[in-house]
Amino acid sequence: MKLTIKLFAYFRDNRFVSEVREFPDTTTVGAIIDQLGIDREAVGITMINSRHCKVGTVPVDGDVVAIFPMVGGG
Amino acid sequence: MADKIFRVNMSDLSTSIEDVPQAWAGLGGRGLTSTIVAAEVPPTCHPLGPNNKLVLAPGLLSGTTAANSGRLSAGAKSPLTGTIKESNAGGSSAQLLARAGCKALIIEGQPKEDKWYSIALTPDSITVSEETALVGKGNYEVAKTLSGKLGGKQGVITIGPAGEMKMASANLSVMDPDGNLRSNGRGGLGAVMGSKKVKYITIDPKDRKVEVADPEAFKTANRAFGKALVDNQVSQTLKTYGTNALVNVINEAGALPTRNFTSGQFDGHDKISGETMYDIIQERGGKPSHNCHAGCVIQCSQVYNDKNKQYKTAGFEYESIWAMGADCCVDDLDDIAEADWLMDDIGIDTIETSVAFGVAMEAGVLQFGDGKTMCQMIKDDIGKGTPLGRILGNGAGSVGRSFGVTRVPVVKNQAIPAYDPRTVKGMAITYATTPMGADHTTGYAVATNILGVGGSLDPLSKDGQVELSRNLQIATAAIDSTGMCLFIAFAALDDPNCLPALIDLINARYGLSLTGDDVTALGKTILKTERAFNQAAGFNNADDRLPEFFYNEPLPPHNLVVDFTGEEIDSFWNF
Ligand code: SF4
Repeated sequence: MKLTIKLFAYFRDNRFVSEVREFPDTTTVGAIIDQLGIDREAVGITMINSRHCKVGTVPVDGDVVAIFPMVGGG
Repeated sequence: MADKIFRVNMSDLSTSIEDVPQAWAGLGGRGLTSTIVAAEVPPTCHPLGPNNKLVLAPGLLSGTTAANSGRLSAGAKSPLTGTIKESNAGGSSAQLLARAGCKALIIEGQPKEDKWYSIALTPDSITVSEETALVGKGNYEVAKTLSGKLGGKQGVITIGPAGEMKMASANLSVMDPDGNLRSNGRGGLGAVMGSKKVKYITIDPKDRKVEVADPEAFKTANRAFGKALVDNQVSQTLKTYGTNALVNVINEAGALPTRNFTSGQFDGHDKISGETMYDIIQERGGKPSHNCHAGCVIQCSQVYNDKNKQYKTAGFEYESIWAMGADCCVDDLDDIAEADWLMDDIGIDTIETSVAFGVAMEAGVLQFGDGKTMCQMIKDDIGKGTPLGRILGNGAGSVGRSFGVTRVPVVKNQAIPAYDPRTVKGMAITYATTPMGADHTTGYAVATNILGVGGSLDPLSKDGQVELSRNLQIATAAIDSTGMCLFIAFAALDDPNCLPALIDLINARYGLSLTGDDVTALGKTILKTERAFNQAAGFNNADDRLPEFFYNEPLPPHNLVVDFTGEEIDSFWNF
């Protein structure tokens, strides 16, 4: 499946801002995070198509997956 | 020497230093300002008349070495909302007031003559003097002149031209350790100070220090507390990207109010994001991390330089950037920085004023995205008090009424900040119910709805949101009484060592033995006191509602509306 992966804050360092990549059909969000060399412990928020999702969720072809570290503000 | 209440009566220019009444002894910050306003201000008075009072109070822990404890509470009846108001700011003044032994400064009455004054506070004196030289000047010039004259170590609280003109969005500006400005932004308290003809207040604690009942216990607790803050991962991203890290998160979640609240996503989001801002700051030799008062270990503030690497603005926050950016569709950070600087200088709330511009853009007064015209109107209309400037300077509600716009995002006439209540449903409850008028800080449901801090709750569903907002509003009212910056909440919600350490700090400072339950009880009492004031001022549950368009205009991309019934909103108060 083809997914758009978006990274934020320091996850972008030495990686990318947004890229379309090919993944095997059963890949979970967690496996994508691992593949990118991001420490799962550092991940604060994950979304698929602007809705929050769990790391165990399997996206489908065409989805947009967004990965953020722990962030705050207000 | 015990702390005192300092009082100034502007009707006859008399002053007094009084013992703290027993009922106020355990209070600080918002708990104290709201208690004093409720006790001494007639709820039906005109906010700009002689019967309103401006109350300034440091928090319970301000002036000590406790990390992040230097926030200042300002209270009064608000000219913007007509409700009771507590507005919170950083800067040095809270610490200096506490060190001077000032539990609260109360400014009451109103001079009959058309003259301006300044107030000077030291541990054993409070004096009023006539002021002429700085009248009409912007906040930056006031801060610079006074820090030159006073040697830079003193605290300064000032109003700009907007406060002098009694605009309902005028703020109080508080000088920080670098001579820059932080603001008690919301609710127009600068207009209240202006109505009392006070241009500025200086605070000089001399050599006085805050007494701590049990210094050893205090040190131990402070170490644990500081560690909880520093270790927290949210604190760490706050330090690098500031609060503006949120632009991309809230945009991705579809909750970034855009084009006067008609979309939840902004095409130009990346250009105004915390990530882009960080790169620009580095490139131009600014400071990505900076504290708004000495002793803050999180340092969410920053110094942003212009294209020529010269200082442009500090404390460049998400709320301001969102409001001028997405809500007005301006996608140039330099235009936004210019507008931020101008608003700080004129002394007007960046949230209220930018949302007012969004409404003005919808009315066709200027075009969406036109940052240059916005800056010019801030300077030449608001800053000089033209009729259009006064319409803008009185806030989003004022612009809506003046131009016949129906999409006006306000609750109790205060502009809704940077999270759309249709897509972050916890915030719908906070905006509707807080006694302050729409205010995100009073019950930051975004943490749990969007950021996964303190658990997680689906932002798109109304389940559990009333309870969440209630718990947060109670806890926040208590934290706002300690002088702590609210960003300690990210650690407090997730690190079990954080809140107990905070309570230990209060106990060690005052020789008390408070428990977590006492703190919750304090938060409840504060909220009920504030609500009772509002009810006596004429507010009822019909005022605890969002504007009509949130119920019938679905917000893209999720295409949801606010779907809480009136009864559901009212059940917030079941405690
Ligand atoms: S975290 Fe930010 S707002 Fe809070 S005290 Fe520090 S600099 Fe000020």
